[in-house]
Amino acid sequence: MERRKERIDRGIKVRAGDVFALSSWREMLYLLAPRLIPVLGFLILPLVLNAYWQKVLLSVAAFALLAISWDILAQTGMVSLGQSLFFGLGAYCSGALSHGFGWHPLLALPTAAVLGGLLGTLCLLPVLRLRGVYFSMVTLIIPLMLVRIVEATKIFGGTEGLSGIAPLPSKWIELYLIVTVLLAALFGFRRLMDSDYGLVLKAIRDNDRSVINAGINIYWFKAQALFIASSLAALTGAFMTHVYMFVGMPVFALDYSILPIAAAVVGGPGTLAGATVGAVILVPLSEALRGIGGLRIVFYGLFLVVFIVALPEGIFHYIQRKYHQFERWVEVQ
Amino acid sequence: MFLGTIIYGLLNSAVLAVMAIGFNLTFGISGVANFAYGAMYIFSAYLSWTLFNLLEWPYWLAVCTSVLLTMLLGALMYQFVLLRVRGQALAEVIATFGIGLAILELFHYLGLVGFEYTLPVLVDDGVMIGDTMVDWQRILVTGVAGLLVAGLWAFTHHTRLGLAFRGIAQDERTALTLGIESDRIAMLSVALGCGLAALAATVIIPLGSISPSEGYEVLIKALAVCIIGGLGSTGGVIVASLVIGFAERFTDSYLSSHWTMIVSLAAILLVLGVKPSGLFGRQKELEERI
Repeated sequence: MERRKERIDRGIKVRAGDVFALSSWREMLYLLAPRLIPVLGFLILPLVLNAYWQKVLLSVAAFALLAISWDILAQTGMVSLGQSLFFGLGAYCSGALSHGFGWHPLLALPTAAVLGGLLGTLCLLPVLRLRGVYFSMVTLIIPLMLVRIVEATKIFGGTEGLSGIAPLPSKWIELYLIVTVLLAALFGFRRLMDSDYGLVLKAIRDNDRSVINAGINIYWFKAQALFIASSLAALTGAFMTHVYMFVGMPVFALDYSILPIAAAVVGGPGTLAGATVGAVILVPLSEALRGIGGLRIVFYGLFLVVFIVALPEGIFHYIQRKYHQFERWVEVQ
Repeated sequence: MFLGTIIYGLLNSAVLAVMAIGFNLTFGISGVANFAYGAMYIFSAYLSWTLFNLLEWPYWLAVCTSVLLTMLLGALMYQFVLLRVRGQALAEVIATFGIGLAILELFHYLGLVGFEYTLPVLVDDGVMIGDTMVDWQRILVTGVAGLLVAGLWAFTHHTRLGLAFRGIAQDERTALTLGIESDRIAMLSVALGCGLAALAATVIIPLGSISPSEGYEVLIKALAVCIIGGLGSTGGVIVASLVIGFAERFTDSYLSSHWTMIVSLAAILLVLGVKPSGLFGRQKELEERI
């Protein structure tokens, strides 16, 4: 007697997907809960945590933004192995504006986001035609090259970096700024990826030739996606510059490339929410594992492998499925 | 100085060719971009070091064991990880990158860095060519490079297994209909690639010392050579190693050693931007770019 698992949508999901959602509190709650939990969580947590864990929350938000930026690129079919490129460009832009011209951080942040985004897009514009692994290889190489260039030409302080960069006005502005940016990016870009515009981006990933066939200029769309993703990561980089009050060669480090990918893969690629979930799990975990020092990156590497092989859909898709559907065993006829 | 630069350019090219040939073989045959390549290189180096220095095995036995064990590790990596994500190029990249990262950072954590972590040179002597001193180890590397290229060519053109390798490289499904088990061949190609990495470590490491950051460097250099030469093309590997090898040495002597890495990275970007299939890669152009 062979059996198989059958998945059926829950009744409440079917009802809540319709106009009847407005007819009962239970269904409204069913729809709202998954959205309210992250929002309330991120807004309330800064108030209840102590100073140390507030810093951890800060890096959770920063890595979640990097992972979202990675995911936007991945959904357009460009898998980047060098998120630190965008992060570093934003960090250096903001650092230079703040250090060189004495700009106020709140003014330097958005400028650095746009400037860093533009520079990041320009760096990758020549290789926009590359597909798959070839694009990934280039993104792996460029940050390494920028490090060497900074080292060789000694611009922006060379190996020493720029220190003494103006911090943000207060700790609370710092925290709520990054949390607001994260929530806005998460929900805003989720909406964007569900719109017709996002459909074009996803179609480029699925089959770029048929998108060309439909008379759409895929390079223009890819450049736009690149700009969106890189300015998001550049904003994060600029923000972290003002938090650390320092910018130097470590901004191009492997950490900023690997952790976002690990977060997105663990959380579940393709939803942006998954990337956030991944960062929420991995960053505090890495804080808890701080005692083992360099071994952390070993664990990220193993996490990547285990999740890619055993749970390629990621945690978010898994939870989403359990939330919307129930499973039962049925006999195979 | 000029003659010296030329000679060292040539020797440097041989080092690059030996480093890159394993990566190139694996990618050319099974399409797996083995980002754990640098980690395999370092793994085998530490393994031979441990066997030779701590367990005091004879040199040849230590080296052979470590090459075989690295091949085994590659085969296991294919069997337990890559096989499950086969065909999804990006999942393969992420998985192998994760494995490589884990291995390299583990060694980094263990902190085995220093001058004592090196393998012995076979002949501790040199020879004067013109007014340039060249040590025998570098000449040995050049010899190994030549032997490897010739050996691989003979292997892929004149043995049953080698022909099967080329078969699945050209068309996996057709190869299947001819009774070539593509999964097994792909496993062998990954294992052979890792074995070549181990062999490269055996001859190249004596020139410097073993350190985990060397692993990333080897991966980047192998990528550079393979991308410029055209992934999967042996002739391309030779030409590209010559290009990068000479470019590196000339920037080193006439500019500054800071710019050495930048030159090879810039060369990759240039080639990828203009001709992503590399100088000699002709097949699969549509898969590479659009």
